[in-house]
Amino acid sequence: MKKLLLATAVSALASGGALADEVRFGVLLGFTGPLESITPHMADGAELAFREINESGKFFDGTTITPVRADSGCVDSALAQASAERLISSDNVVAIMGADCSGVTRAVLENVAMAMGVPMISPSATSPGFTTFDSGGIFYRTAPSDARQGEILANIVIERGIDTVAVTHTNNDYGAGLANAFNEAFQAAGGTVTTTIPHEEARGDYSAEVGSLASAGGDALMVLGYVDGGTNIIRTAWELGAFEQFFVGDGVFTEDMPNIVGDAASAIIGTVPSATGEAAENWQRIGSEAGINYGSSFVAESYDAAALLALAAKAGGEISAEAIAANVMNVANEPGEEIHAGDLARGLEILAEGGEINYIGATGVMLIEPGEAAGTYREYTFEDGEITTVQFH
Amino acid sequence: MMEPINAFVVLSNFVLIPALAYGSQIALGALGITLIFGILRFAHFAHGDIMAFGTGIVILTTWGLQAQGIGFGPLPTALLALPVGIAVTILYLLAVDRTVYRFYRRVKAKPMIFVMAALGVMFVTNGITRLIMGPGERRFDDGERFIITVRDFREWTGLAEGLALRSSQVLTIVVALLAMVLLFWFLNRTRAGKSMRAYSDNEDLALLSGINPERVVVITWAITGTLVVLAGTLYGLDKSYRPFTYFQLLLPFFAAAIVGGLGNPMGAIVGGYVVAFAEMGITYAWRRVVSYLMPEGMEPTGLMQILPVDYKFAVTFGILVIVLIFRPTGIFRGRTL
Repeated sequence: MKKLLLATAVSALASGGALADEVRFGVLLGFTGPLESITPHMADGAELAFREINESGKFFDGTTITPVRADSGCVDSALAQASAERLISSDNVVAIMGADCSGVTRAVLENVAMAMGVPMISPSATSPGFTTFDSGGIFYRTAPSDARQGEILANIVIERGIDTVAVTHTNNDYGAGLANAFNEAFQAAGGTVTTTIPHEEARGDYSAEVGSLASAGGDALMVLGYVDGGTNIIRTAWELGAFEQFFVGDGVFTEDMPNIVGDAASAIIGTVPSATGEAAENWQRIGSEAGINYGSSFVAESYDAAALLALAAKAGGEISAEAIAANVMNVANEPGEEIHAGDLARGLEILAEGGEINYIGATGVMLIEPGEAAGTYREYTFEDGEITTVQFH
Repeated sequence: MMEPINAFVVLSNFVLIPALAYGSQIALGALGITLIFGILRFAHFAHGDIMAFGTGIVILTTWGLQAQGIGFGPLPTALLALPVGIAVTILYLLAVDRTVYRFYRRVKAKPMIFVMAALGVMFVTNGITRLIMGPGERRFDDGERFIITVRDFREWTGLAEGLALRSSQVLTIVVALLAMVLLFWFLNRTRAGKSMRAYSDNEDLALLSGINPERVVVITWAITGTLVVLAGTLYGLDKSYRPFTYFQLLLPFFAAAIVGGLGNPMGAIVGGYVVAFAEMGITYAWRRVVSYLMPEGMEPTGLMQILPVDYKFAVTFGILVIVLIFRPTGIFRGRTL
């Protein structure tokens, strides 16, 4: 037993010594589970930011950041918590970029990160639940809340003079949360939701769902789900003449829509999170130079989450959980010089001189209380089979 | 005066026509199950996956034909690809019979062992289909999609409600009826059909009268393969193709076969329509129909839905349980051919 304790102490000292020029950050994403197809790209995005900082040599006298990947399983809270505990207690990470899915993110935050005081920035947890959850200032996210998308969708519908809609959502937390957010915002704006019906993905036939929605009536159909079930429902509803106008949430976004639903595409209006202008162009350049799949979902958000962790540490003057947690909001927002993707070295320089920065990053980051992205959404429709942007919100 | 017509149009658009097409697809599938149960005497659990396999072949052939620029005018190209799909499926079924089922037939295995073997075939076929086609959704419909579109119908009739009639729905009903008539003609009028019925009625007596059992088995698989590929292709044209949904169709197939009376072809057909109409009718929200029929001011406020759409499968199970309790042999007396 004594020997074991001694060995542990020695190894702790050894790793403590190593910390002087190497620091570890956790990358906690669902490398297995429902999001396994997109998480490797997300990790690439985060690691790209860390690499950029390492190559600049301006992060605390050339201290290098070593990202440590861990699996959240996306839907497996037990796995996610075990991974987070391992990251913190055995890999000694200072902060965590993650987790990804809202459910496991909440579990890790409440049960591990808050207990250990380790800050987390999630690139993809969009559940409205985090907006009202008090994390004690250690949780941030570079993805906007679905509550915001719900409001934007409600405004878009109202603006078009439509005041009754039927809503169908995919039967999970994301779908139900977004439907809830939309319904609240829409009713607050004076609209009427005739019915809200959940649907399952991967069904062969949605005519029964469409029949119920048609019976409830409404001037438009709001589809909050994924491409798979969502496009099938739109196609069926269009063919049965149940609805003439459709609105869709970000999960149903696909540029291939006209090929899937045919004529109905011209009756679809949707929203999708999207950066605009300079931020997006910079990110495209950096991403393609690095050879990563920069256009995949939440890759840009992952880059931003990782960059924010490092910049916040620099702004706080030390690599510690407290410094990061206290400075994320400062570096992400005005005042200060705008820092885009690829300019992280410049950001570190300004911070080293005691200046202030306004991190724009890959997604046009602006964090609103309690630490989530305000989010820019693109309102799009299809004209002559081509996707066209109506406006940005 | 227009009110009852509108009510009827809504009902046709959302329940009657879709259920008629869906019922025909189930009936074709259930016919295969009932034939195998009647003649080979086991529950063919691989039916849904055989259907996915055969339809997959039809889809691949369709794509090949489309790539060659060969079409079938206003009709879907898949109809031209059907013979290929049917032939490959029959060969596959016969190969499975040679390698798996024949052994158990020879040792006169208990029906339960047959079912387990069929379950194994189901998993293997399932895997093969996914290897060839992938797990995703595939579309292969082409040609004229509509006979009547909702928008045209409204213009012609001036009614408030529209009616859509897809060519795939009409095609399904016509092809299903043709297949059923041919099947009954075959079973009742031809020598091979009569020998099948004899074999089903009494195996030993049939053997004594010189009927070659292996020939009966081959014919049974051939008919089953044809019916199942027809059902799968029509379902895929009418709705969509995905291996997993085809596997799930196993439940309505068995429900239809059991409700009608296992082993009875007439029962399988009636059972198919009973299951389809019950599924659609019980999960349909009747408000729109009823509000047309009720006098002004008495329209219902609720959706008038007996069960939410999610409970579609529960309806099938419900029918199954009710039939098994009150009439275990099914609507038509089962186990005869």
